[in-house]
Amino acid sequence: MSSISYVRRSLTEIEPPEVPQARRFAFAREHLFNSPLNAALTLASMVLIALVLWPAVRFLLVDAVWDGASRVDCLPQSAGHEVGACWPFIKAKFRQLMYGFYPEPEQWRVNLTYALGAILLAPLLIPQIPYKGVNAFLFFGVFPLVAFFFLVGGVFGLAHAETRLWGGFLVTLVISFTGIICSLPLGILLALGRRSGLPVVRALSIAFIELWRGVPLITVLFFATYMLPFFLPAQWKIDGLLRVLIGVVLFAAAYMAEVVRGGLQAIPRGQFEAATALGLGYWRMMGLVVLPQALRLVIPGIVNSFISLFKDTSLVLIVAIFDLLGQLRAAFADPTWATPVTLFTGFAFAGLIYFSVGFAMSRYAQLMERRLNASISR
Amino acid sequence: VDYASAARRVAFYRNPRFRSGLAQALLAVVLLWLAYAFVLNAKANIEAQHIGQGFGFLANTAGFGVNQSLIAYNESDTYGRVFLVGLLNTLLVAAIGIVLATILGFVIGIARLSSNWLLARLAGGYVELVRNLPVLFQILFWYLAVLGTLPGPRQSISLWGEVYVNNRGIIIPAPVFEPLASYAGYALLLGVFVSLGLRYWAKIRREQTGQPFPVGATMLFLLFGLPVIVLVLTGWPLRFDTPQLRGFNFVGGIRLIPEFMALLLGLTVYTAAYIAEIVRAGILAVPRGQTEAASALGLSRGLALRLVVVPQALRVIVPPLTNQYLNLTKNSSLAVAIGYPDLFAVFAGTALNQTGQAIEIIAITMAVYLSISLLTSVLMNWYNARIALVHR
Repeated sequence: MSSISYVRRSLTEIEPPEVPQARRFAFAREHLFNSPLNAALTLASMVLIALVLWPAVRFLLVDAVWDGASRVDCLPQSAGHEVGACWPFIKAKFRQLMYGFYPEPEQWRVNLTYALGAILLAPLLIPQIPYKGVNAFLFFGVFPLVAFFFLVGGVFGLAHAETRLWGGFLVTLVISFTGIICSLPLGILLALGRRSGLPVVRALSIAFIELWRGVPLITVLFFATYMLPFFLPAQWKIDGLLRVLIGVVLFAAAYMAEVVRGGLQAIPRGQFEAATALGLGYWRMMGLVVLPQALRLVIPGIVNSFISLFKDTSLVLIVAIFDLLGQLRAAFADPTWATPVTLFTGFAFAGLIYFSVGFAMSRYAQLMERRLNASISR
Repeated sequence: VDYASAARRVAFYRNPRFRSGLAQALLAVVLLWLAYAFVLNAKANIEAQHIGQGFGFLANTAGFGVNQSLIAYNESDTYGRVFLVGLLNTLLVAAIGIVLATILGFVIGIARLSSNWLLARLAGGYVELVRNLPVLFQILFWYLAVLGTLPGPRQSISLWGEVYVNNRGIIIPAPVFEPLASYAGYALLLGVFVSLGLRYWAKIRREQTGQPFPVGATMLFLLFGLPVIVLVLTGWPLRFDTPQLRGFNFVGGIRLIPEFMALLLGLTVYTAAYIAEIVRAGILAVPRGQTEAASALGLSRGLALRLVVVPQALRVIVPPLTNQYLNLTKNSSLAVAIGYPDLFAVFAGTALNQTGQAIEIIAITMAVYLSISLLTSVLMNWYNARIALVHR
């Protein structure tokens, strides 16, 4: 017998079968206190929850100040107790956080655009509703044009709203949405280019994808904001928001290309060969046979890229485009609301918005993944 | 049917080879023309705006201060030196962030798989919360709300009288090495080499004879025990310079600036959530049969984890893990939002502002990040090839 020390040398005692029995606190005994180590971990977790969760609830709800007109109402002296969140601050800054300095009498246009987008998006997300093709065309093709003219104005008697004044959550949504609808087609083209049989096209696609994926988004934004204007004729004055959009789209497209490539690689060769045997050319083979299958496979990946894109929009504040986070930072500078709790209140509010959107999207991605897996395993 | 003549009758513009050649030539011409137009425009624009050209500016005096530098630097140094200062600061925060994020990420990833219901939920909550908040949001939160609202130096929070926390940073004791301490350094160096050799020898012996050797414990002794013994023998030539409050500020100790701490906290907490998910997926990817086979062999739970589960899980974990390391390094450029002097902040930020040479500076900055990325992926591919399943 070798002397390998970790191999058992004798048989263990046969243990009697476990008899299932209903016990009091069965859940706690089985899942929380089934061993000394687990009991210690449970206690440690409880302490952690008590230290984090309870103060958070107290701050956000119990000790919060709900009404007030200025910083004075959010001071412990005037409230008469320890002060939590200062919600009047959010109330006062709500328009700035949502619309930036978009002209106030025109803000209904933003709301109407949101409503139109929501009406078109909701049926697109629910798998049971038919006419997905028409719906997708309306949402991805028509809606952006309508939204553009509606938000920018200057036509049909609508007042012109300079993008310089846009800000807050509006800008966050505009950048994410534009990034999403432009990066998907561009990403598909790049993915096809990377797998193309044409050496020049393939090399260019690889170079493009690896360049943008290898650098931080902020350098891309700087590239678009400070470097790009040098490369264009001096008389072309490109809008600041548009420059940022170009950067975001190029960056997102490179990541999207890699997601789509994963889907393309998962399609069996037989599908390509069958399409060729049917006499389909390259574009018809891709458009009618390969891409519909490949894109379905990578829907969760695409939604995950959208989530990253949505979070990454916050970086535009570094190039002086004031999105939700940028407006929040600007609002902190207002001395009429300077209290010890203003910062925490602002972060709590913005965090709630970012979290709900990101969480909803990730839950949707999980849902789609489950549906997809169910249909594949069938 | 005469296929040969039918093929000859196909017009030349329907020949696939001709078509692909034409398409690629057209694409190349269009891109070259665009590049040419870009160069012409750039030339005209630079001349019109009276901005310098070329990389000569790197030798000019920068003339601005930097609030954290690993190498000697003052305002009369050149832009080239500033570049180096920034690069080192980036690498510093990235290296420490990677180590901390890995530890935190592994702990949380394993906690998510714990049989303890409460602990698993707690870890899950952490991951959900952190992953759905933008990393810049988190960095600003740490910087403005947490570190920014700390008391001033005179009301510093003191931890055991050794570490002081205030709104100017965290001041920790500084180690002071006396001359004799160099022997402990040599001992450490010796320990590193001996343990590397020992590991190699133990592996060969195990493969030949099946005899295990307690490599881990021996290496631990060589790396930590040996230097400590040498320190004791040489009369402990190591002391700590504790920070002391003098007037309005601290003297002695090492001050970690709040910008550094906020960036480090933000990057660590954010990346750890992603690493936790990777670790969880990696461990779940090891089939149950492997764990069961290990316990059937009589391995204890700990040994089964170390010898059977972890090596297989690592194969799944390592590639996405490197991706996260890269992401952390790239995200460290967000330092510019809070004023930590990393490569991006001092070079693409301040230096670009002062010289206006956007093309050169952004190109250099992008090239640095790109080289880090490409270098990592080359190393990654090498490592992947090494640990990939070998089918015999």
